[in-house]
Amino acid sequence: MAINWFKYSAPSTFYWLAGKLAPWFAWSSAILFAIGLYIGFFVAPTDAQQSEAYRIIFIHVPFSIMSMFVYLIMAGYAAVGLIFNTRLSSMMASALAPTGALFAFISLWTGALWGKPMWGAWWVWDARLTSELILLFLYFGFIALHASIDDPRRADRASALLAIIGSVNVPIIYFSVKWWNTLHQGSTVKFTGTSMHVAMQQAMFITLTACWLYAIAMALARVRSIILERERNTLWVAELPEVRS
Amino acid sequence: MNKLSLFGLLGLVIRRDLMLAMRRRADVLTTLIFFVMVVSLFPLGVGPEMDMLRKMAAGVVWVAALLASMLSLGRMFSADYLDGTLEQMLLAPQSLSVLVLGKILAHWMLSGLPLMLMAPVLGLQFDMSVQALWVLVVSLLLGTPILSMIGAVGAALTLGLRGGGVLVSLLVLPLCIPVLIFGTGAVEAVTSGMDITSHLSLLGALLVLAFAFTPWVTALALRISME
Amino acid sequence: MLEINNLACTRGDHQLFSGLSFSLFAGELLQVQGENGKGKTSLLRTLCGFITPAAGEIRWRGQDIRELDEEYYAEMVYLGHLNAIKDELNALENLRISAGLAGCEVSDKEAIAALRHMGLRGRETLPVKVLSQGQRRRVALARLLVGNAPLWILDEPLTALDVGAVGLMQELIGTHLAKSGMVIFTTHQPLEVAGVEMRRLTLT
Repeated sequence: MAINWFKYSAPSTFYWLAGKLAPWFAWSSAILFAIGLYIGFFVAPTDAQQSEAYRIIFIHVPFSIMSMFVYLIMAGYAAVGLIFNTRLSSMMASALAPTGALFAFISLWTGALWGKPMWGAWWVWDARLTSELILLFLYFGFIALHASIDDPRRADRASALLAIIGSVNVPIIYFSVKWWNTLHQGSTVKFTGTSMHVAMQQAMFITLTACWLYAIAMALARVRSIILERERNTLWVAELPEVRS
Repeated sequence: MNKLSLFGLLGLVIRRDLMLAMRRRADVLTTLIFFVMVVSLFPLGVGPEMDMLRKMAAGVVWVAALLASMLSLGRMFSADYLDGTLEQMLLAPQSLSVLVLGKILAHWMLSGLPLMLMAPVLGLQFDMSVQALWVLVVSLLLGTPILSMIGAVGAALTLGLRGGGVLVSLLVLPLCIPVLIFGTGAVEAVTSGMDITSHLSLLGALLVLAFAFTPWVTALALRISME
Repeated sequence: MLEINNLACTRGDHQLFSGLSFSLFAGELLQVQGENGKGKTSLLRTLCGFITPAAGEIRWRGQDIRELDEEYYAEMVYLGHLNAIKDELNALENLRISAGLAGCEVSDKEAIAALRHMGLRGRETLPVKVLSQGQRRRVALARLLVGNAPLWILDEPLTALDVGAVGLMQELIGTHLAKSGMVIFTTHQPLEVAGVEMRRLTLT
């Protein structure tokens, strides 16, 4: 069956499609989270060096990885919106931003929760955590810039440019933070000593997938409300059952 | 009537901005005074113990320079935006990137350059050695133009918005962190007797990168903001 | 030489105009009319290239202005609501810098002559901030005298001008049209140019 993809690039049709798909992603994400966390917290063996506290990494690592991945996807959508002038791409970028920021925030919190039993301190300035903090700032910058501009077109394009600059800078920032960290012989947070047990890998992978599905579900749900707000003066929005009641 | 060469255009824009700044000298001085005040606040906050201050010196001076640069960014485009001269620049039959580069250089001469010249005096307050002071000045020489350039992009994106300096700082500070790290790293390397070339060459590389990209990215940001 | 095809413009959420098509040739004078908020300024700014139209195209000498970029800018002058002059500088410095940025170097003599023609004799070297609104507008208009761009896009050029200056403007436009220039403008005050038939475009 040939799907006419361009049909879905119009906000009105995508609104419908997103509404249909979001629950599937949400449910599968919830199920995978349950499975992944079960394996991570109950099935995977106790780590020789780090005892039970290490289990927080099954939340920390997937959220870390996804926070960076979501930023790149967000920047990608924003770039498409900037270059090709498509409104929906920019709306998707705006929809992804809060979820990405949330992931970065959770990653920082779980990093702290892990650091406390490991290092005795709530925060350690290791390269990855510090880069994660800067990533959170980049997310905030994107969201703040978009929120500060009234004209939707200018808001989309300005924040798109910022996101692209941010994604180009992320490797530079990460490199400089690692450099800074090795200079000052800071603590390096390592997950496990040698190789990872199969169950740990499984748990990590499943939670990672669950994060990804959650991000998609949230983005689809959020983009629907963004579409409603942006297109509120059009005919098709006025005729939606949820709007008419 | 003859058209200007690129260097002629650069010269014209820089002369214009410097001329304007000279007739509004207060703006330039306030940035400098802010810089001095922030640096002086640290000993008041952490105590006058010389050993600790000496270790903190490079970081304090650099952070203060960063903040002072952020504060002065509003000046880059907003006056021209408000009286209509900026839109005329967008309509100029010359490269907007070159015009923007001229404005960035003029901005640096009015903010980064004075900071760099003031830094040794402040470094003495922290009992920095002569070598350390030299490296501090060189790191600021390489680093403050980068701050002006990255700041220009932020200033262009936030043209005419409420939220003023705080919004620009929120956008630009994360991007300036590598400059901060390499700049302070160079000073600390020299105080612990290590090699400074890697830090300074990384800073130099960032400078070259910034030169290559920020003028046209800023020009693009200006067009987006002026729609 | 200036050709507009099927132009549509949206600002914020609502559409200002659509399906707009017209052409402007050498020696022609076009007034854009319409009530407040109907998109006159937006149309002029779209012609300058600031605003990307929602639909349609603008062609100068047959080529899209988006492709021409600097070549188009070299042949047009825009005067908007803002004067585009710096308060801290005097009239002479302002004019020389504007001309320089617009790509034509102008000597002191030429600049002073232009300012005097605009009725600013004796005020060329006063800082602009001590001039009246009308005088500042005259400084802004002096730019039209020192360039040689054929297309003039003027958004309410007569604002703040007294009767004498209005007459001067009319004369300026007349001379420009006679030299194969073209002018597109909006105004809330009556503007008639002797011997020239004015075309009108009304935005609804």
